[in-house]
Amino acid sequence: MVANHDIDITVQRGTVHALMGENGAGKSTLMKILYGMQKPDEGTIAIDGEQVEFSTPADAIARGIGMVHQHFMLADNFTVWENIVLGGEHLHGIGAKAKARIRELSDQYGLGVKPDALVEDLGVADRQRVEILKVLYRGARILILDEPTAVLVPQEVDALFDNLRELKAEGVTVIFISHKLHEVLSVADAISVIRRGTTVGDADPRRVTARQLAELMVGAELPSPESRESTVTDTEMLAVEGLRIAKPDAEGVERVVLDDVSLRIRKGEILGIAGVEGNGQAELVEAIMGMLPLDAGTVTLDGTDLTGTLTRARREAGIGYIPEDRHRHGLLLEAPLWENRILGHVTERPNSKGVLLDPAGARADTQRIVEEYDVRTPGIEVTAASLSGGNQQKLIIGREMSHSPKLLIAAHPTRGVDVGAQAQIWEQIRSAQREGLAVLLISADLDELIGLSDTIRVIYRGRLVADADPATVTAEDLGSAMTGAATGHIESDPEALAEAQAVAAEGTEAAHAAPADDAPSDAPSTDTADDEQAGE
Amino acid sequence: MTSPNPPVAPAAKRSLRERIDLERIGLALAAPVLAVLLSLIIAGGLLAVSGRDPFDAFSIMWNYGTASDGQVAVLNKATVYYLAAAAAAFGFRMNLFNIGIEGQYKLAMMFAAFVGSQVDLPAFLQIPLLLVVAMCVGGLWASIAGLLKVYRGVSEVISTIMLNAIATAVIGVLLVPGIFAPKTGGTTNSIQTEKISDSSHFFSIETQGGTLWGFIVIAVLVGVAFQFTLNRTRFGFDLRATGRSESAASASGVNVKRMVITSIVVSGALAGLVGLPELMQNTPYFGQNVQTGLGFIGISVALLGRNTPIGIAFSALLFAFLDASGAQLPTRGDYPSEIIPVIQGTIVICVVVAYELVRRYGLKRQQQKVGAELAAQAAAAAQKEVAA
Repeated sequence: MVANHDIDITVQRGTVHALMGENGAGKSTLMKILYGMQKPDEGTIAIDGEQVEFSTPADAIARGIGMVHQHFMLADNFTVWENIVLGGEHLHGIGAKAKARIRELSDQYGLGVKPDALVEDLGVADRQRVEILKVLYRGARILILDEPTAVLVPQEVDALFDNLRELKAEGVTVIFISHKLHEVLSVADAISVIRRGTTVGDADPRRVTARQLAELMVGAELPSPESRESTVTDTEMLAVEGLRIAKPDAEGVERVVLDDVSLRIRKGEILGIAGVEGNGQAELVEAIMGMLPLDAGTVTLDGTDLTGTLTRARREAGIGYIPEDRHRHGLLLEAPLWENRILGHVTERPNSKGVLLDPAGARADTQRIVEEYDVRTPGIEVTAASLSGGNQQKLIIGREMSHSPKLLIAAHPTRGVDVGAQAQIWEQIRSAQREGLAVLLISADLDELIGLSDTIRVIYRGRLVADADPATVTAEDLGSAMTGAATGHIESDPEALAEAQAVAAEGTEAAHAAPADDAPSDAPSTDTADDEQAGE
Repeated sequence: MTSPNPPVAPAAKRSLRERIDLERIGLALAAPVLAVLLSLIIAGGLLAVSGRDPFDAFSIMWNYGTASDGQVAVLNKATVYYLAAAAAAFGFRMNLFNIGIEGQYKLAMMFAAFVGSQVDLPAFLQIPLLLVVAMCVGGLWASIAGLLKVYRGVSEVISTIMLNAIATAVIGVLLVPGIFAPKTGGTTNSIQTEKISDSSHFFSIETQGGTLWGFIVIAVLVGVAFQFTLNRTRFGFDLRATGRSESAASASGVNVKRMVITSIVVSGALAGLVGLPELMQNTPYFGQNVQTGLGFIGISVALLGRNTPIGIAFSALLFAFLDASGAQLPTRGDYPSEIIPVIQGTIVICVVVAYELVRRYGLKRQQQKVGAELAAQAAAAAQKEVAA
């Protein structure tokens, strides 16, 4: 198979080099090759002009390449120092010398890591710094960061970027994978875009706009964001009253994960929930879906009390569900696509007739979903695991929309999805909203929340602490409410708001001003070297 | 987009070629065939090391298996193994490890024998009655493990193993003169229930190779029902979904707790049938010298047969052949019959490893194929654009 072909990337020492691309474009395969987890069939990697070959990650580490994964790999009940030393005992021992080295590195790169702190007491941003330090401790001079900002709030992202600039100043090379355009523009010194497994072009972050970048990634002109009129009606669709859930944590101490949560969503309304992950969003969704028992509170959908009912009854009553973790909750990875189309709707047509399944009906309808929702697959008999993340998500959305839901719970609907599919998914949610769908949108992407929602509520430590009108709030102010710094109704300073909107508009205008053939969107860019050398 | 019934051409009956994926079949067969070959090599090596001719031993087994009396014996054994394997497979399909088939079938057999000796209805009522009694006893006994798992979080592996021991004790308590055994001692020294009534005997077919048990019909029916339930009913879909991913199933609306109890009860009910061929066709009473170990053979057969009704039919035949022909080894030559458990054991170990390897290889291969096909499509589209 050709996941990557003719990839040519040249990364300069001491720069932050961003790697952008659609999901399934081959970014992760490329990273696996660079980190020695997979071997290329063709082509070469050169570091400092010297050709290298990696057969395991250990080889890559030995050559000074380090990887910070999207999901942290830290032992919670260990201290920072123990976590860093773990697996690297041969470097500086496990005692005072190691600790001194950690302090030294932390100071050198301005990471501010405290070696004796317990990892479980650290926030997400601190944990990420520990991961970076872990890699530096092993002597990395080239750092690969896989979507490092996905879990951070805006303020933390800024702090991370300061760290990256510090690293750069010290001569460390950073390869930064992301598909958040404005972040890449703000931190990168050079950008490479990958599409369908090959490099389609390099861009200079000082000269390119977010919109041009997005078009480069997708390979087509994006639809411009349409002006929206409110579709919110007066009819109440979902009413959640006084939800409370307490769960014992690992130590057996009762922890309140949802505390007196009440919300209402009307027909045609999108309610956005903002919050740092782990503040009760997942539990809120599971409570509405009937997957978690409630300690108190009621859930009413379209006038029907669903409080004591099981998940299946709620789905039949018209709740569509796009789960946060599609691999765990949305798909049977080893089952064919048409069986995945049945999942969650086994009692409904066209999947079954009475107690019997209707495989023919399900197959035909899967074919329709594949066509209508542009799921890229060679057929409906392949397993869900063989599709890329974006295509899996499109299948899930097609499935949930096919049963005319009254309420759609969309948890991070565009997470790990490429820009092209993202626009498609947003459009699908909006068109369903126009037909009177009520949507509960949970997202860590504040631009998505502000762009899509009619109302935003902020969740913090299991409580809805603040609300905002997306038309009058900036991502920064929302971010500070997410850390618990602001409560009540938040409204941004009009000046800051105008500025943020101007920045967003600029991207759109620039794209319109530039003629289409100016952007190297179709042909592979010629500004990379012809030889097959890629490296530093 | 929201209409559930769009005007898309209905998927015509898929052609035979679409249904038969040669590569998939090849992959599915590769693992068990390799495992069997490997275990024969190991067993042959063992025989050779102990100074015996392995080829002679294998030819004794082969000759027995191809003779008609051997074939009937193999089929009768395979019937029993098939039922035990179906019981195990039903649980496995949902990631439930019912190790308790052993206890379930013995207890069910004892109750069936007791009821059969006390009640004497016409055969068309008596036989269904005994089947129902056995299935109920097996299912009820298994339900203890299900309830413990759902309400107390006890692993079914642990509880069913314990229930096996308890079942033996329960049989010991009940199978005493005055309760399940007749008060006055019988003609033999061993304690056993009274003989079941004549109407309790299942039909059999006389062949030139001996008596073929009619229970093979029940085994076939179980296989058909198994396949149909799993692949064609909503319940079966829920069960398979739960087996593949409990979290996804629960998010999709499957009541996982109820599913656990239902499937372990069905597994136990099937286990209840395991002892009946022996009781209703061969030894018309339940006594201390009842055959043991069928439950564990069933687990091995299910593993080898990959928990599919067709697969376990073949593996039940293989195991039955090995057992029946292995019994001939000491009598027809100086070969230890212990070589048979060695063969069976290596088959199971090899096959478990091989299936996992094949599964990973298959998944990866499919991902590659999908990637390649999509790339080809993209390339074709690009070419079209250029042409235009």
